[in-house]
Amino acid sequence: MTSPSTAAVQQARYTWGGDEFLFVEVAEAMSLAANFKVMSLASKLSDAGIAGVVDICPANASLLVRFDPAVLAPSALEETIRSFEQDLGNEEEQTLDTRIVEVPVWYDDPFTAEVAERFREGFHQEPGGTDIDYAAKVNNLKDAAEFIQRHHEQPWLVSMVGFVAGLPFMFQLVEQDKQLEVPKYLSPRTDTPKLTVGHGGCFGCIYSVRGAGGYQMFGVAAAPIFDPAQALEDFKDFMVFFRPGDIVKFKPVTEAEYNAIQAEISAGTFRYRQAPVTFELSKALADPEGYNRQLMEALNGI
Amino acid sequence: MAFEIGNPGLATTVQDQGRTGHYNVGIPQSGSMDQYSAELGNALVGNTAREAVLECTYLGPVLTTDSDAVIAVTGAPVDVKVNGESRPQWTRLLLKAGDQLSFGVIQGGTRYYIAVQGGIDVPEVLGSRSTYSLGAIGGFKGRKLEAGDVIPVGAPLNDGKLPPADSVPEEFRPVFAKEQQVRIVLGLYDHRLTDEGLGNLLNEEWKVTPVADRMGLRYSGPGVKWKEREQPFGAGSDPSNIVDAGYAVGSIQIPGGTQPIILHRDAVSGGGYAMVGTVISADMDLVARAAPGTATTFQAVSLEDALEARRDLAEHRNKAWSELGASR
Repeated sequence: MTSPSTAAVQQARYTWGGDEFLFVEVAEAMSLAANFKVMSLASKLSDAGIAGVVDICPANASLLVRFDPAVLAPSALEETIRSFEQDLGNEEEQTLDTRIVEVPVWYDDPFTAEVAERFREGFHQEPGGTDIDYAAKVNNLKDAAEFIQRHHEQPWLVSMVGFVAGLPFMFQLVEQDKQLEVPKYLSPRTDTPKLTVGHGGCFGCIYSVRGAGGYQMFGVAAAPIFDPAQALEDFKDFMVFFRPGDIVKFKPVTEAEYNAIQAEISAGTFRYRQAPVTFELSKALADPEGYNRQLMEALNGI
Repeated sequence: MAFEIGNPGLATTVQDQGRTGHYNVGIPQSGSMDQYSAELGNALVGNTAREAVLECTYLGPVLTTDSDAVIAVTGAPVDVKVNGESRPQWTRLLLKAGDQLSFGVIQGGTRYYIAVQGGIDVPEVLGSRSTYSLGAIGGFKGRKLEAGDVIPVGAPLNDGKLPPADSVPEEFRPVFAKEQQVRIVLGLYDHRLTDEGLGNLLNEEWKVTPVADRMGLRYSGPGVKWKEREQPFGAGSDPSNIVDAGYAVGSIQIPGGTQPIILHRDAVSGGGYAMVGTVISADMDLVARAAPGTATTFQAVSLEDALEARRDLAEHRNKAWSELGASR
């Protein structure tokens, strides 16, 4: 993996999305360092509480800011973010106060299998096989079981939330040559089950709502991640569960465990296992798997 | 008081000025697609610009009011009928309890608006009454209207005081044409188009396809060319792919170089297609009025021009309000 000193110092590109949006492309390629820089810029901008800033949207390797030009001059916004970028370059330690969350997943489940069957010929690279088998093959893995193992044994960073309400894009916290990469469907499906755990390019995701989608489908998350009714405790403050910067550890569950979780959700007692952590970029880059073990320890005993 | 929905029409939703501040988690701004038309409806019935209206798409609803009501229909040209009799658009109408409102065939554009004194009184969600159907939030139960729905209407504002004028003068009504020139600010990833591709975008004519809704409008035309490159890690294999990024509302993406898509008020907040420019804020209502088949040219303008157009539109809109003697 690239060292922080080379990846983080590259100058961002600033460009306008009409008269209401400023787009800051931190890097063309995805990397942990680029995403970290995006999140740092977003949090500095948010902390500054500048009048006229309407939306601050950190994405994988870029930041989108919506502003009201009647309140905040575009040039003033650009200067402010450029100065934050300069400040970041001078900071020794880059840390993120966040949380690690355990997300139970029923891999190789019947819901995604049923939908996948309806979108094979003309949609999928291997119409005769399953999405997981294909993913295992293109990553040179032995079988589906090894792919599933690789998918959940190391945690992921939520690098962006969006597309539709509450959908997290995730980037696995491993060296680049260990990243799972799978092409998207040849043509997008018109249907994807709610809570499908998907994958496209190097990104994992969880579909927050049922609908169109082009990512390969590997399983279903057992619990909601978007709850407009705000019925469960984890949604008391906001209807969307995930935030950029969240660290996700997938946990494989059996059908019986999945059903037990459904019962807890119906009873209103389900809560995600989660713990606060401080994520340190330099440690994550120096020894990803060793640092992941340390992060995952935070979930022990909860 | 309330409106009872007999026939819901094609896609009738509650909308207002929209909700901002949650685009970072994928919740779009929503709100009336044609903000200008919606707010002049509000002006006619003694509301502020903030009250919620009903947005009707092509085929409007049939509804009955359970009390006397003050309404106005603005936006795309359509025959407005009260108990089957024609009534003027862009004009304040007084309904009696039990009166039925219905519509004829739309004669241009895409959407018209029913404003009612007191506004449509659904609960605010994240600071707005606008419907976001995909996320099932806001509006009436988070969805488009259905037959049998009873839609609550709020109490009149300002003790029921109505503006002195009861009709929007002709010069303040938008034109619903079959040809449009849409101003855009180039940027974002326009540098990834070939010169020929950029030339096609700006010099050729594009037509709105039937694939157009609140999320976005797709255009057909000669296509564009993307520069070939070795794709960055995580970006996907097509030259029109980028590492998934936030999408500006109004931004234009051209997946595969074939059909440009302008994202509108229910935009997906991000994705992996390069954007080449963004419709200026002053022309977003214009794009919202574009029916399938509308011949469109894109004109590149500077950020300064876009800001000036924005000020001009605000001035024009404020003048319309004061012309009616209404306060925004």
